[in-house]
This record gives sequence, structure tokens and C-alpha cells, in this order.
Amino acid sequence: MSEKAVRFGTPAKVPAWVNLALIPLVNLLAAFVLSGIVIVIVGDNPFKALEVLIYGAFGYADAIGYTLYYTTNFIFTGLAVAIAFHCGLFNIGAEGQALMSGLGVALCALYLDFLPFWMVIPIAIFAAAFFGAVWAAVPGYLQAKRGSHIVITTIMFNFIAASIITYLLVEVLIAPGGQSPETREFAEITWLLFFHDFLPIPETPLNISFIFALFLSGGFYYFVWHTRWGYEIRVVGQNATAAKYAGISSARNIILAMFISGALAGFVGVNEILGVHHRLILDFTGGFGFVGIAVALMGRNHPVGIFLAALLFGALYQGGSELAFEMKSINREMVIVIQGLIILFSGALEHMFRPRIESFFKRQKSVQAAEA
Amino acid sequence: MTNRTPALELRRVNKWFGAVHANKDISLSVDRGTIHGIIGENGAGKSTLMSIVYGFYQADEGDILINGDICHIDNPQASIAAGIGMVHQHFMLVDTFTVLENIILGVEGGARLGEGLAKARTELARLEKEYSLDVDVDALVGDLPVGLRQRVEILKALYRGAEILILDEPTGVLTPQEADHLFRILNTLRDQGKTVILITHKLREIMAITDNVSVMRRGAMVAHVSTKDTDRERLAELMVGRTVLLQVEKPTAQVGDTLMQVTGLNFIDAEGVQRLKNINLEIKAGEILGVAGVSGNGQSELLEILAGTISPSSGNIIYKGEDITRSSKKNARDLRKIGLGHVPEDRHRSGLVLPFTANENTILGYQDSPDYNRGTTLDKASMIKACEDHIEKFDVRPPDPNLQASGFSGGNQQKLVLAREMEQNPDVLLVGQPTRGVDIGAIEFIHKQLIKMRDAGKAILVVSVEIDEVMSLSDRIAVMFDGYIVGELDAKDATETKLGLMMAGIADDADTDPAADKGAAE
Amino acid sequence: MFKQLKLAAVAATVVAAAGIANAAEFKPAIVFDMGGKFDKSFNEAAFNGAEEFKKGTGIDYMEFEVTQVSQREQALKRMAKKGASIIVAMGFAQASAVEKAAKANPDTKFTIIDMVVDLPNVQSIIFKEHEGSFLVGMAAALSSKTGKVGFVGGMDIPLIRKFALGYQEGAKYANSGTEVFQNMTGTTPAAWNDPTKGGELARSQFDRGADVVFAAAGGTGIGVYQAAKDSGKFAIGVDSNQNYMHPGTMLTSMTKRVDVAVKNAFATAKAGTWKPGISVLGLKEGGVGYAMDEHNKGVLSADVVAKIEKARADIIAGTLKVTDYMTK
Repeated sequence: MSEKAVRFGTPAKVPAWVNLALIPLVNLLAAFVLSGIVIVIVGDNPFKALEVLIYGAFGYADAIGYTLYYTTNFIFTGLAVAIAFHCGLFNIGAEGQALMSGLGVALCALYLDFLPFWMVIPIAIFAAAFFGAVWAAVPGYLQAKRGSHIVITTIMFNFIAASIITYLLVEVLIAPGGQSPETREFAEITWLLFFHDFLPIPETPLNISFIFALFLSGGFYYFVWHTRWGYEIRVVGQNATAAKYAGISSARNIILAMFISGALAGFVGVNEILGVHHRLILDFTGGFGFVGIAVALMGRNHPVGIFLAALLFGALYQGGSELAFEMKSINREMVIVIQGLIILFSGALEHMFRPRIESFFKRQKSVQAAEA
Repeated sequence: MTNRTPALELRRVNKWFGAVHANKDISLSVDRGTIHGIIGENGAGKSTLMSIVYGFYQADEGDILINGDICHIDNPQASIAAGIGMVHQHFMLVDTFTVLENIILGVEGGARLGEGLAKARTELARLEKEYSLDVDVDALVGDLPVGLRQRVEILKALYRGAEILILDEPTGVLTPQEADHLFRILNTLRDQGKTVILITHKLREIMAITDNVSVMRRGAMVAHVSTKDTDRERLAELMVGRTVLLQVEKPTAQVGDTLMQVTGLNFIDAEGVQRLKNINLEIKAGEILGVAGVSGNGQSELLEILAGTISPSSGNIIYKGEDITRSSKKNARDLRKIGLGHVPEDRHRSGLVLPFTANENTILGYQDSPDYNRGTTLDKASMIKACEDHIEKFDVRPPDPNLQASGFSGGNQQKLVLAREMEQNPDVLLVGQPTRGVDIGAIEFIHKQLIKMRDAGKAILVVSVEIDEVMSLSDRIAVMFDGYIVGELDAKDATETKLGLMMAGIADDADTDPAADKGAAE
Repeated sequence: MFKQLKLAAVAATVVAAAGIANAAEFKPAIVFDMGGKFDKSFNEAAFNGAEEFKKGTGIDYMEFEVTQVSQREQALKRMAKKGASIIVAMGFAQASAVEKAAKANPDTKFTIIDMVVDLPNVQSIIFKEHEGSFLVGMAAALSSKTGKVGFVGGMDIPLIRKFALGYQEGAKYANSGTEVFQNMTGTTPAAWNDPTKGGELARSQFDRGADVVFAAAGGTGIGVYQAAKDSGKFAIGVDSNQNYMHPGTMLTSMTKRVDVAVKNAFATAKAGTWKPGISVLGLKEGGVGYAMDEHNKGVLSADVVAKIEKARADIIAGTLKVTDYMTK
């Protein structure tokens, strides 16, 4: 009666936990083993390094604060890249979109600070999302209507954004009498609440943007899987001819998905500029937009996965700087190597272990079925 | 032919793909100098079995014997060396090479091409003569019609010394006349002592040409019979595992108003090729209009234009008295709202989003219908309910609305698409290839559903490359060739020969000159 | 959750306190900025200064290289918590981080290079780059045969414009008819390390007639010097003495003694003579200057050197004023 247990012609299914937990863990483990070998080569103890890494990321209150602060940025950029992925688009421009959002925040915080906080903060947040959204929607438009490849245009827009911000900071927005290219500090009413403002924890950059990130993750889930707009974006992403067949406009959805993508990336500006630095500075995006690509890939474009992947990268960033502090042989380049290995194994080499693990489970299942 | 050792013998061959037992304990014996048919539904394991023989896959258990000796075939080279040649469903030819260059590809023989070519030329001339396979060896393959390309594939196999020739669904892309020509070639091959294995799901071909036939069902061999001792009904029953009706019973059509009128439609595609030339059609309530033709003669474009997914270059489409050609209502979704359903030719490419679940596919094209939405939220419960409803009415298996579309077999996928479009109760239903890749059992069901709709007073247009299907379903048949409708006739007057000639561009009532031109060229 | 956080916080404080308690010995620390300690320029000069201190005293120092904007404040605070006796922060970009860290750790000494932070426990060291640039501007104009000299800046920020303005004034002062071409490599930090683009900019200036080029562009300068060598023109180095790179091509280098500043900060802190406040290092203090060594002996003529020395004396005496871009 194995006939019934394994229906002929249907691909055998692998238990969900294998896909969602085991395979990512195996990939992570492989990355750690290889990193460990590298650490041995430079003459240090890999287990000590791992211990420092984990302690540095989660071992004490400051560390957790910093880890979650990085996590916040990665959630925003991860969601941004993921919504574009759902539409079949590779948004490499989250970095530039985040930069432009900083400009939006800064303009509001600098020139509208006569307003009460309950007005200026929402306006600044809206401006961040809007600036990021527009910066993404333009490449979206060019892809949809002109066929310019989104990868190329978003990369170019990263450079354009960096140039604009630098120009404005050097020539226009620079604090009067200031030497470095940054704006004056914003008025205190525009600052977002830090966690340490209302919780008895040490001072860290962790602010209420983290809560925004959680809300946006929920909103992302609802939008993508429970509204017809999300549905249409996914149809366009999965099968453009089916979209045409269903009368769904690819162009409209591409622009919409990019608009949302940019708005999500724009929240990096909220976290960094409105939440932490309280002034527009150069390079505040620090590569978060690019890491967002890895986060989205690892998180399977699902908010829960993105949260976990963002937490992993947040821990790596924070634990990594702890490593650089504590172990002299491990400099910042080494930390980047370790982070790179993790991206490599969980992103690029995702399929290295998958087929083996899957076929192992499929075989197991068919043996069970045969025995039954 | 005194040697009674089978040319090819398989003993208890087993093959698993993961948990799928694709070939179960297959034993098969093919006699030298015969044409042996292997028939079975899609997914019955025919192609897997032949891929094992040809060395694409290795059997997990069992032996392959050629001329009585056990052979270890673990790659196609080993198979070729053992005297096996294969003509694939999709030709493996380089379009920009000549026939000669294609044939010697991989067996050039030595570093200097010239020598090999000269030698091959003489050898080919001999083969062509021996098997009456007439091909211009200096023509570019890209310029040849499909039937000739297939001959090139056969020549290629013979040139490599094939004694056993395997043909996988060889007639799928041929007109009936081309198919007949192919059968003549196969007969010659058999008469010259070659062994031919023909894989097909078409009963007509098995009956027409084979000596013996083996039937596969669900990965197992269920019967080996001599063709003269069996008939179509018996084979169909063996394939499906139950009795099936091959001919659909249908009452006379009660033809009503013209719902869709097409006049002077032309379409030039992005490459500048004119795909449709002055098409005029009427689609009427209560009848099924069949569009026959060899694949690639403009039927696909016609279907897509009528459904609103592409725009014509010129011409008019009047739907229920309203010109929808270039109005804002031209979008496929808007057309659905005014009662125009569409089952696309290719369910994988456009009819389904394969990674989506069945219930998500249930709303494709109807995603903004109030039935499936509560405010801004998609109403999952009603989506699943609708999907369950479709599954029940169309007997989709497995009955799981949350299974990914890719997890269903071809026939069940087709049922999901048909159910989606038919259950919206459209006034006009456009159907492309209603039963492509669908099991015999499901074909019967789908045909019945279409006729039921017709009898409910709906207008149906069916585009199909299966001539049997067009003939058995339609009330009226339009034949397309080279972008033209070369003729329209009542289904009662249609015969296979008549349609076949029209499909090849040889119209008997030569009122369209291009067809006549083409005919002359032939 | 919060309880645990609290516990962890307490634990961290205890650890930190223990760190301070142990800090009987002298513990210097340095936080490099984004460029990294091997940037062949600013940060590397600081690294050399710290190494020199280590060699001289045998006292090791804590270090950190910043890769993220937010790590600046974190690193400074970490150093303070680990009981650093003095923390040197490299670069103008760390100003706001130093401000926060210094406020949070009023008992720790901070020194920031290239920027002013006005707090009672912060020492700010800034350089009069315009003065050094003025002198090499003179050198350029006086050595030029075409009367045209070039300037290649790194990233377009006020600090680099300060170099440019001083250079221009020096060139005009030496020879009022001198034409000065000015190009910035870029507007992103990548401009600090783009030798290819630097070389292109230098060549385009040569095409327009310039025969001396001054690069204030970090790693980008390497391409500028190479281009000068290939075209048989002169180049002027920056920050460190770069004369050795292409003897004969390198006219001189405008030096900015970041290494000395770092070493002194450590040394004074150890000796107990460290003082908060602003110290501006110009020609007078030996903080900036131009390099003369065996590599450029014949390149810069004695006559030119004499003129430069005269101007240098005037600037120190206050009779010759060089415009500071920051305060103009």
C-alpha cells in the first residue's frame, strides 16, 4: 500500500522544518567552520573567537542594544529588497534610497522644528519614506516603461544619491562654521525616543525605530499575502506572462513595488538620522542597503525569516566589532571575511547542501512508506 | 531474421526519483526488425524508461540486454556504441549549421573537417537511397520545415550506426500528411532490418504502424500485445485502467446570436513578422468553433488578441455589439468582467502561477472581484471555498486547495484552469489546446464540460493542434495556415484528409491565393 | 527580560569598574576612522606615532578601526569603560562621537585630531594646513616654467578646500600671474582611494599646461605622482613625507605631523602634563611644513628654498597672513 502513502507522480515533500531551520543552520555551520579554519591560520583560537562573538552580540545589555539597533536597519533594508524580489526585481539601490531618506528627514528636522514634536516627527518619517520611495520609483519607472535594467539604474542611483548628499552637505546644509560635512544637530524635540529613555538599560543607539521595524514587518506580511495589490505584485514577479493573461499591468506593479521598496529602505534614515545621529552626516547608510540583499535572500523574502536573518547580521556586526576589540589578531578585515563567508554560504551557495539534505529526507520517507 | 534473440531486452528495471518510483519492475522484449510501440499516458514512465535505455539516467535495478548480451549503458555515448539511436521530441539540431554539419556533429572524425565532410557526404547519399530519406544535405537546418528536420534526426542516428531507433512522440509537431510520410519511412527502416521503438500517447499511430505494443500505466508495464490482436478501445482501457469513451456524444448545436465578430484582423509581431493576415471570424452562441492548424500558423496570436493580452495591428473586434479592439476595455481583466473567459494554450507559461497554491490560482484574473475581497483584504476563506468547489466539480486530484500548482499533474492543472474560467460562467469562452498533455481519462471529462457549456448557450472557440480533437468537439472548423484562415467548413463535412490538406496550405477550394502559392511551392 | 537586561547592565558596570580599578598602569587607546590604519596617509601617520610611542616606552595601546558610523561612539565608550587613560580619536568625523563619549565619561581624557570639541576633558588638535599648503604653493609656482600649477583634491570637503586655498594663495604670492587648476577626485569617500582617477585628473591638468601638481587626496595621490613621473612633470606629496616615492619627480611634500601629535598626546598624558583645550599646530609649532631630504635635494633649487624660508618666517612672525578656508 505504499501506493497510497506516496502518490505516484507528485514530488516527495520534505518536512517544513528541514527547509526553514535545518538547511539554514547547516549553511551557517559550514560558514563558521570555514571561518574557524581562517582564524586558526592567522594563529588564534576559533572557539575563543566564537565565544567572544556571541558574548559580544548578546552577552550584556549594551551589546543587546547595539545588536538590535543594527538589526533594525537590516529589517528595513531586508524588507525593501524582499518586496522588490516579490515583483521579480533586484533592487540594489536600497543604499541610495536610504541616503535620500536621510535628506528628507534632515530637511524636515532642520526647517520644521518650530512645530510641536507630534507633528514634526511624523512629517519627518513620512518625508524619509517618501524620499526613499521616489528615489526607487524612478528606476522602477525606467524599467517598466523604458526597459532600462533595474540593476544598472539602481546602482547608478546609488552614486547619484551619494553625490547629491555630499554636495548638499559640503555646500548647502553644512552647519554654520562647521568643518566637517554635516548639518547642525537637530532640535531635541525632533529626536526619536531611545529605549534607554524609558527603560532602565544602559545608553545604546536602540530607539523606537525598532518598534517601527516590527510593525512594518507585520504590515509587509499583510500586504504581500493578504491584499490584492500584494497578490498582483507576486503574480508579476513569478510569471509575467500569467500577469498579462490575468490583465495585471506589469509596469504599474513594478513601479508600485519599487515605490514601496524605497519607502521601506527610507526607514534606515529614520533610525539613523532621526533616531541616533540627530544630524545628517555622510555615509550613515554604511552598507546596510547591500547587506539587505543578503538578509532578504536568507530570510526567503518572508518577514519572519527577514527578522531572523537581520538579527543574525545585527549580531555579526556587533559581535564582530567586539572581536576586533578583544582579539588583536582579528582585525576589521577579518571580521568582514567572516561576514562574507556567511553571506556566501547562506546566499550564493544555498544549493550546495540543499539537494543532499532533501534527498536524504525524501529517501527516508519513501523507506518508511515502503515499510508501512 | 532467423535470429530470434530480441534486439533489446529489459529485465526488471527499477528507477526511483527521490520517493517517486518512476519505473517499476519493467520487463520488455523488442524483436529485431519490428516496430514496437510503447504507449501510456503522460507521466506513465515511458520517457524515463527510454532515457534509461539511451543512457541519460541509470536504472537503480535491473539489466539492459542488447542482442542477448548485458550492456552497461551509463551515458549516451555507450548507448550509441551499442547501436541505439534516439530521435527526441525536441530536436537537438543547430539551426545555423547545414544538414551535413549537423549530422557529423560530434563524430567529425579527425582534426581536418574537410575529409570528414567528404566521407560523410558519400555515406549519407547511400543512407538516403537505402531508406528513401530525401534531404538536401547542404540546406541550413533553420530553413527546413519540421518534418524534414525530423528526417535529419533520423539520418543522424543512422549515420552513427543505429540498429535500434527510438522515437519519442515523433508526430506531435507534424501535419497528418507529414506523419504519414514518417510512417512510410519507419516501414522502410523495418523492412531493411532495423528495429524501431515508437513512444506515443496517440492510439491512432499505434494501430497504424506498430507490430507489437507495450502499455505502461503508473510506472509499470501492464500489457504486451500484438497490435493485430487489439483495438483502440482496449488499449485506452489498459492505459487508463478503466473504460473510456473516445468519441464525445453531442446533441445538435442550437446556434444563436453572433457574440464576437472579427473583421480584417492583422498582426505584425515585434520582429516585424506578419503573424495574422486579414482574419475574419464569427463566434456564435451555442456552438463550438474549432480552429485547426499546425502549431505556429497564427492560432496562438489570434487567441491572445481575442483575449485582450496583445493588441492587433489593424482590424476590428466587436464583442456583444461593442467595439473592443482598442478601447480602454481591451485589458484582459476588463474583458473578463464583461463575460469573456480565456483558457490559455500554455498553462505553465500563462494559465497558472506554478509556485502559488491552487486557491491563489483560483483568483488569477479575478483577483479584484468582490467575491474574493473584503475591503482591502483578500478573503482567504472564500478563495479556498471557491477552489474546493472547483476541485469537487472537476474532480481535481489531490483535492488540496493549499497545494502548490506545480504539485498537480498536467491534467489536474488543466482542470484547475478550466474550472476557474468556466465557473465564472462567461458568455464567450476562448480555449487554447484544451487537452494538451492531459490524460485520456481527463480528456473525456474536459470535452464533456465544453459541450455542456455549449448546450447552455455559450459561445466557445477552441484552438487545437490535435486534429481528432477539433473534429470531435467542433460544430464549425476554421483552418489556419501561414497567418490566414485558409478555409472554414462545417464539422459534418470535415475529414482528416481534407483538413490535413488545408493545414498544409493546399486548399481544395483555392479561394485564397497565398495558400495556392504555398501549395505550388510544395 | 528587563530584569535580565538590568542584571547584565550591573554585571557590565562591575566589569567596567574592575577595569578602572586595575588601571594603575597607563593605558593609552586610539580609534582610527573609516580609512583604516593602513591608509598610507592620515590614519597611518597616527598609527606610526602610536607605534613610536610603544617602541619608546614599551607600553602597548588599545586600538579600534571604525567600519560603521555608529561604531565611533561605541568604540570610544568601550575604550573608556575598559579603563583607557587617554583616548585619541582620529579625524573630524569623530567629533560628535567624542562629544557624547566625553560627556558620558568626564574622568577620561580624550584627544581629537583635526577637529574642535569644546569640553573640559577633551583636547582638540587642529592643523593649519593652509600654512603648509601656502609654502608648497610657492614651491610649485617658483618651480613652474609654464606659470601654471595644478591641485588634485580627494573628496570635496571643507578640509580639502582649506588645502586648496592655501596652495593657491601661496602660488599667487610667489608669482601673481600663476594660474592654478583645481580638481576634486570625487564626492564620496571612494575619492580617497582612486589612483586611476587621480592620474587622469593630473594628466588633464598637464594637458592644459600645468607642470607641477599637488595632491591632497590620500591614496589617490599615488596615481597623481605616477602620472607626473610618466609625463616628466613635478608632483608634491601630502601629510607624510612622500619624497622617497619618486625621487626627481617629487618636488617636496607638505607635511602634517599627525604622528607627532598622537605620540605627544600619549606622552603628555603619561607624564601628567596633558591639558584639555585647543591646540592649533601651524608652522610655528612645527605641526605643518614642507619636506626637504636627500630625495629632493637637487629638485628644489636653493633660490626657491630661500624664498620659501622667508615666507615661512613671515608667517610665523604674523606679518604674512594666509586665509583659512574655514574661517573666511
